[in-house]
Amino acid sequence: MVPISYYIILSAVLFGLGVVGFVFKRNIITIFMSIELMLNAVNLAFVAFSREFNQLDGMIFVFFVIVVAAAEAAVGLAIIMVVARNRKSLNVEDVNLLKF
Amino acid sequence: MDFVTQHPVLVVSLIKIAIALFVVMTALAYLTWFERKVVARIQSRWGPYWVGPHGLLQPLADGIKFLFKEDVIPPAADKVTYLLAPFLALALALTTLALIPIGPATISILGQPTQLVISHSPVGLILLFAISSIGVYGVALAGWSSNSKYPLLGGLRSSAQMISYEVSLTLSVVGVLLIAGSLDFYNIVGGQSGHWWHFLPKWHVFPQFLGFICYLTAAIAETNRVPFDLPEAETELVAGFHTEYSSFKFAMFFMAEYGNMITVSCLATLLFLGGWLSPFPETGAWRWQLYLPAAGLIIGGIALIIGGLRSVQWNAKAVFPVLGIICIGVGYLCTWQSVMPVIQGPFWFIAKVFFLLFFYVWARGTLPRFRYDQLMAFGWKFLLPLALINLVGTSLVEVLRLPR
Amino acid sequence: MSVAMLVFFACGVMAVLGAIGLILAREPVHSALSLVLVMVALAVLYLLLGAAFIAAIQILVYAGAVMVLFIFVIMLLNAGVEVRTNLSRLARWVGIPLAIVFLVEMAYAMSREYGARTAMAAGGAAAGPVPASTQALSMKLFTEFVLPFELTSILILIAILGALVLAKKEA
Repeated sequence: MVPISYYIILSAVLFGLGVVGFVFKRNIITIFMSIELMLNAVNLAFVAFSREFNQLDGMIFVFFVIVVAAAEAAVGLAIIMVVARNRKSLNVEDVNLLKF
Repeated sequence: MDFVTQHPVLVVSLIKIAIALFVVMTALAYLTWFERKVVARIQSRWGPYWVGPHGLLQPLADGIKFLFKEDVIPPAADKVTYLLAPFLALALALTTLALIPIGPATISILGQPTQLVISHSPVGLILLFAISSIGVYGVALAGWSSNSKYPLLGGLRSSAQMISYEVSLTLSVVGVLLIAGSLDFYNIVGGQSGHWWHFLPKWHVFPQFLGFICYLTAAIAETNRVPFDLPEAETELVAGFHTEYSSFKFAMFFMAEYGNMITVSCLATLLFLGGWLSPFPETGAWRWQLYLPAAGLIIGGIALIIGGLRSVQWNAKAVFPVLGIICIGVGYLCTWQSVMPVIQGPFWFIAKVFFLLFFYVWARGTLPRFRYDQLMAFGWKFLLPLALINLVGTSLVEVLRLPR
Repeated sequence: MSVAMLVFFACGVMAVLGAIGLILAREPVHSALSLVLVMVALAVLYLLLGAAFIAAIQILVYAGAVMVLFIFVIMLLNAGVEVRTNLSRLARWVGIPLAIVFLVEMAYAMSREYGARTAMAAGGAAAGPVPASTQALSMKLFTEFVLPFELTSILILIAILGALVLAKKEA
């Protein structure tokens, strides 16, 4: 058996890398992918805990996270398409009308 | 040797994989020959004829040709992705076959209880869908990485088409799942045993006829075959996503396509056509059906001998009688009491898959290609509602049948 | 080292490499492929944890649908190589300190976690193992969590409508 702490550490590392990607990437699509990476990392922690405590609630939550992520991807990518169409660029720094 | 005795499961799995890979690769090669022959017959032609008797060595010749052609990598291509795409396509097409059982769960070969499947999983069906759903990457990446107009258009078309039709494909299967109440192939097929009114087998194709039609149509689109082969419509897109591929990498896409054909046919057999179950009842009066595989092989062998002797080709005269005698020998082997029960499941399974593959080729020889907007409209506006109606109707019936 | 450990480390390394690849790749398609690698590795870890259904769903929905959608959009928009610019002032003065604080916090929590974990695990194990079968999962989903389940269907409907409205060309 693999100790649960290993899974949690892996989950934390992946989440951290997701945060790094979110902050440092400049392409809207890859920023969005970093968010998906963070969600995946959280899912891993959920499944690991659910296994550790012999409760299925964590897996149910993963199920919901996956569904929400799918819905989010559909809307998010539609927004990205609109942004790309209007601003002719995928760089986040060109999408700065709301900047103060 | 120690390792072998310690890990019997691993060793048995490896042997199964080796056998399955050999059988599937041969089947893939001869499926191309079979398709060309049938399409030729439909169009009043002869098809491959000169390489070996009746072109039987044509697949081998094609393979050698593919191996020795120059392997061109376009300088503008994205190298890693370009090389990854055909491997991904073929590997995923072959991996799905590991989950497909071709015989009943309890069967003994040489006194050992064996399962006729490489990997048995309690969520087999959904796992199979999962693996085949990644198959779209091979096509999309091939289109993108070639860095050329036609492949990009072909890749875009095909990924859109595969995503669209996957929805209908999955939904059309849910009806069967509601009736079977399991994702395990053994339970799904086991639930189809028995007969209605003593003659009609309890296969899901009868209560789920609508689902079966949806599945077949969506499966043809999912494997990018005529009449839905827009990704590789040669008149519009040169050759679609694999325009820039040459030599063996092209052959890998080709093999992946035929591998996917075999997978969806196997799946249709398991879900709708009763898998390895015989269509006849198993009562005493029907015991003669156990001799059907042997009879089929022996009759086929006799036909081969006669056909070979009457042929005008000298090599057919020499080869076909030998093949016929081998067939008769194998047929005789199938009448042995130790072999007969083992051979029944795979015989019916392969017979049904073969019928479905013939249906595929038949559709290709008959139907014209759709236009792209027609294809999308058909998928979303006709097939998807049909699958949904089937799903709602099935669940309604299942709820009414629930014990109160 | 047991087989489970070997599988864990293989998949863990694969996932971390994939995540690093996602950050370092300049071509968006390469980033997407790295993310698919992460997702497949995580699916194998779910299998290792005995959650076969979640693993299948992970591949079917995430790798097979969401990421294909990403790649599709990248191809459609013809997204080129990413332009790298310097960090913004906000990222330099707020983001990096926050990241460091977050890392320290996480390391602290993990070092403390061992004692608490053994106590809690003992309580969980006493209840007896609950098989993560599809049946048990769906029983829970359709009884205890039926309201959230129905709500997600509404969410998906709204998402479809939203995506349609956004992606539609202005007449």
